[in-house]
Amino acid sequence: MTTLSPTSAPASHAGRATPASGTRTTGRARRSWTEHGLVFVAPFLVVYALFLIWPLVSGLGMSFTDVDITGVGGEFVGLDNYAEAFGDPAVWASLWNTVWFTVLSTVPLVVVGLVLALLANELRVVQWLWRIGWFAPFLLPSGVVCMLFLYMIYPSGFGLADQLLASVGLEPGIGWLTDERYAMLSIVLTTVWWTVGFNFLLYLSALQAIPPHLYEAAELDGASAWRRLWHITLPLLNRTTGLLLVLQVLASLKIFDQVYLLTGGGPDDSTRPILQYVYQQGFTGYRIGYASAVSYIFFALILLVSLAQPVLARRRRAEEAAK
Amino acid sequence: MQPLDTSRTAGVTPPPRRRAVLAGGLGALAAMGPLAAGCAAPSASASGRTRLRYWHLFGGGDGLTMQSLLRKFSTAHPEIDVQAATLQWGAPYYTKLGMAGAGGRAPELAVLHLARLAGFGPGRLLDPFDLDLLAELGVRQRDFPENIWRRGQAHGRQFAVPLDTHPTVLYYQTEVCEKAGLLAGGKLRPIRGAEEFADALRAAKKVTGRPGLVTETLGVDCIIPWRLFATFYSQTGAKVLSADGRRLALDDAKALKVLEYMASLVEEGLWVRRADYTASIGLFNEGRTAFHLNGEWEIPSFRPTGLKFSMTRVPPLFGRPTAQADCHAFVLPHQADRGGAPDRAAHTLVAWLLKHSVDWAEGGHVPAYAPVLKDPAYLKLEPQSEYRDVIDDVALDEPAWFTGSASRMWIELGAVFSGVLTGSRTPRGALDEAKQRLRALLDTPNPLAGVAS
Repeated sequence: MTTLSPTSAPASHAGRATPASGTRTTGRARRSWTEHGLVFVAPFLVVYALFLIWPLVSGLGMSFTDVDITGVGGEFVGLDNYAEAFGDPAVWASLWNTVWFTVLSTVPLVVVGLVLALLANELRVVQWLWRIGWFAPFLLPSGVVCMLFLYMIYPSGFGLADQLLASVGLEPGIGWLTDERYAMLSIVLTTVWWTVGFNFLLYLSALQAIPPHLYEAAELDGASAWRRLWHITLPLLNRTTGLLLVLQVLASLKIFDQVYLLTGGGPDDSTRPILQYVYQQGFTGYRIGYASAVSYIFFALILLVSLAQPVLARRRRAEEAAK
Repeated sequence: MQPLDTSRTAGVTPPPRRRAVLAGGLGALAAMGPLAAGCAAPSASASGRTRLRYWHLFGGGDGLTMQSLLRKFSTAHPEIDVQAATLQWGAPYYTKLGMAGAGGRAPELAVLHLARLAGFGPGRLLDPFDLDLLAELGVRQRDFPENIWRRGQAHGRQFAVPLDTHPTVLYYQTEVCEKAGLLAGGKLRPIRGAEEFADALRAAKKVTGRPGLVTETLGVDCIIPWRLFATFYSQTGAKVLSADGRRLALDDAKALKVLEYMASLVEEGLWVRRADYTASIGLFNEGRTAFHLNGEWEIPSFRPTGLKFSMTRVPPLFGRPTAQADCHAFVLPHQADRGGAPDRAAHTLVAWLLKHSVDWAEGGHVPAYAPVLKDPAYLKLEPQSEYRDVIDDVALDEPAWFTGSASRMWIELGAVFSGVLTGSRTPRGALDEAKQRLRALLDTPNPLAGVAS
């Protein structure tokens, strides 16, 4: 943005003080509320309150009742739903599936993202091609991605995955999505292919922000490429890695689409994540009260993970300052 | 979401959209006051015709048949403006229908699986039929098999009128069976008993060198293992639940006998161990497998490929010739102001569709309306009319809120019995797990109880 046209909302002040904006030192008591910017965020706030805050509150209320999907009636049942949820093996099994998926997917998503970024950073030729190529899948909707894998990659016996195995002399006919041993791995593979582009892009921009003179100095000192990677690049990417890990864990915990579309939670509920269990209880089991209780238990878990992030970041900053 | 659209019309939801659907209805509540289903002013559409909104879940071949029937109806009844909506088979359909009924702003007419009626809040989410009006339109109770008609009742009112029944049947590849010496006069020789069926499979295997039977054994929410268990188990004369759907009535010895038999066929290599729904259709379509057990709705999948096949009732392997089934039925979703011309139009369409269900039978379903069963046009349908007498031997689930097509029970037990076929569970272990899951379902109160009216 070079100039701010008067009509455009001053969304990006970018440090410039507009003449109209009063400062605290002028001592003016009242400022019109356009100056607070409130008028500009009002539409967002209204939508936010209506579609996020209100459902959050009413969902919490519903979790203490046995209301069904019709939303009519529903007796207050106190903590019964929570008691049932804690004693429901399906809750724990699907929660474990969610955690297991998170464990399986987070590491490759971060590592593969890093490797691709390092490669693209080295390949100065046609860099734009790598960038587009590796990021492109991320732009596809989950439905499209799952269709691709469902019809092209995974059909047992004649899918691309089986053909690849057959070409190296292995037996085709693996039940990629129908065999309990492979179903979760298949979902992880699909997810990595689909979303690694985001991590790749973040890493790439972090890499390009590393000042070249560090590398030049290291080269003069005779440091090998490995040492440069190990002692300069990776430490300087720490912050990005920390951020990505947290973002990735949160994203992976929210797994739903791919499972719903690829395996439906099967075989035998072995890939059913907690969110799908909530969906099943609420929208196909019609027990909205119970489904709300289960989702609040999950909400608490996600909240813990989210809160861990600033704590960890603060601690890291403190360590860095102490050095 | 899958090539075999026809599977949506009956008991198999295509992956990945199969969901267990729970509806409410341990039913049987204390009698309450009469339901206020007041009459209301007729709502006419802009054209001055009566608007009739009709929701159904028929995709694939059934969907095309339904559309052509509706076109004919519109020609015969220009005063009625039918606005049909085809919704996705399975859970989403029942979720939408339930919510529409709960709000009292439902369509005038809808389709429901009969075995799910108990769980669908009859009297609260559904309004009862006006039997006098139906009689006036030429549809009476005596035109239907007693047991199927009775399943449409709750609290002494008629909430569902059956259109058809869609039983599990036996498909057979005529050339393979001919070579295996299983045919007589071009038709499959009667098979009596479990051992004879196993022998037939062995004979077929001798001819082709591959398992004689293919069915769905695994996959996303696979239901066929449950259908087959339910079929064979019903032949022993035992029941899964008590007649009121409130207690477990599983006969361990008989259930175990059935499960062990199923496992032994796979073990011996007579039954393809691992096939998902699509694969089972594909394998039978190749024409090198003698038998396929499935619902009758896959006729449109096998017809166009030139496969040489015919169909017959599931043979009585354990005594009685019964087969697991469900029925498509018409229901009147709850409207706060049901009555008048739109309600009359809904009854008119139901009566008309029943009388014209010969076309409907082409997709494989057995018409529930008796006069059609005697119609020469229906009797000419081959192989559709081959198994028509099964209508008196269909085994529907006991009425409970978690039973019926795509219900929690089907999905959960389908998964358990799938394990018996794939070898991940022993018959004994599967039986214990099935009982445990059934108990859990029985212990959960019905989320959508009906209302006595």
